[in-house]
Amino acid sequence: MDNPISYERYQRQMILQDFGAAGQQKLLKGKVLLIGAGGLGCPALQYLAAAGVGTIGIIDDDVVALSNLHRQVLYSVNDIGLPKAERAAEKLRQLNPEIKIITYVQRLTNQNALSILEAYDLIIDGTDNFATRYMINDACILLNKPLIYGAISQYEGQVAIFNYRKSDNDEAVNYRDLFPDPPKEDEVLNCAEAGVLGVLPGIIGAMQANETIKLLTGIGKPLINRMLTFNALNNQAYEIELFSRPETRSLIPGNMDIFEATNYEWLCSSMTEQYEIDCKYFDILLASNTIDVMDIREVDEMPGIDEFPILRVPLKELSENVSLIQSDTVVIICQSGVRSLQAAKQLSAIFGESKKIFSLKGGIMEWKQQHTKQLL
Amino acid sequence: MQIKIIIFGQLCDLLGENLVLDNIADTDSLTAALHRKYPELVNTKYMIAVNKKLVVGNIILSNNNTVALMPAFSGG
Repeated sequence: MDNPISYERYQRQMILQDFGAAGQQKLLKGKVLLIGAGGLGCPALQYLAAAGVGTIGIIDDDVVALSNLHRQVLYSVNDIGLPKAERAAEKLRQLNPEIKIITYVQRLTNQNALSILEAYDLIIDGTDNFATRYMINDACILLNKPLIYGAISQYEGQVAIFNYRKSDNDEAVNYRDLFPDPPKEDEVLNCAEAGVLGVLPGIIGAMQANETIKLLTGIGKPLINRMLTFNALNNQAYEIELFSRPETRSLIPGNMDIFEATNYEWLCSSMTEQYEIDCKYFDILLASNTIDVMDIREVDEMPGIDEFPILRVPLKELSENVSLIQSDTVVIICQSGVRSLQAAKQLSAIFGESKKIFSLKGGIMEWKQQHTKQLL
Repeated sequence: MQIKIIIFGQLCDLLGENLVLDNIADTDSLTAALHRKYPELVNTKYMIAVNKKLVVGNIILSNNNTVALMPAFSGG
């Protein structure tokens, strides 16, 4: 039996040609899971709830931070420190109390993914790391769920629909057809490292919502087996047609047990342990006065460091400035610990065993945060 | 033979905006030439599209083809 529809709420989309009461009814019956209530998740959630998607699941284990607010538009200053999934749900209930919103304040893992994803028709990827993206891709294949993919980097974003078949004989492309081997987490800079224009995830997340609505209602030409790249600086959109690779199949866990035994974090991790040190160990090294500390951020990157002496050499000028390092132990620092890890590997290729090279895990942001806490 | 190469995302930092390569017969030799010229690229994952179609094997390149080099994005 069809559910009653609030005509007044949805009339502006119901009067659209091809959409109508039938389209609205399909949205109302739709069950969509948004993984990650961040930059992509916020706009996607907002438009899906407003459009009247009947059941929306939100999974995110993170809490709202001030640095989120320039792009994660569902949150306000009062939400800082509170769980994103719950704050987002609260805002969406105010926007549309007629739909059902389910929250999961937990991290999606290979142990809980299958049981959570199972209950939904469509999965939207709004995550910020490769390990989770590959895990979601594989889970969607095992469960035969369409995946609305979105990802951003600096001024560019990608959108695509994976694992969708109109009929059983159709070939469905998945994320591993694009990149069979997962990139390592330190190979591609994340938003904290590379920066992101706040409006970009707004555009890409809204496009994910648009693709979701098109799939649920059957209107238009969704990005099935196609990927659109949008560049916010020059407004260029570049769409490519995707194809499956014969070798991809062997990379996907053959069944649910293998999926649950797959270590996705490890798949995307590099050998980082030998280089990374935490803030506590860094402070011990600092106190010894026998180390060089090198800040490899660009010269105008904030916050500045005046708590201890540093050598400031931007990453791209590193190789011609290695002679600045005089001590036998050097700690490399950047904003959040990603670029410094790259630099540590680069330096260790140069110095070999002759110097001890470390990267400060979490970067100067983490160090400053821990020291502010100690002062309070 | 003229091939247009378009570069996306952080690959621009590695390769620059205007990449010119000559005498490239197919996408495998394109990859090999890029890796010779830019060794850092060996450890970078990217996909290649020729004339807006994802390349899943080796594709012979012909005059006026447009090749797109597209890296993986992780941000959200």
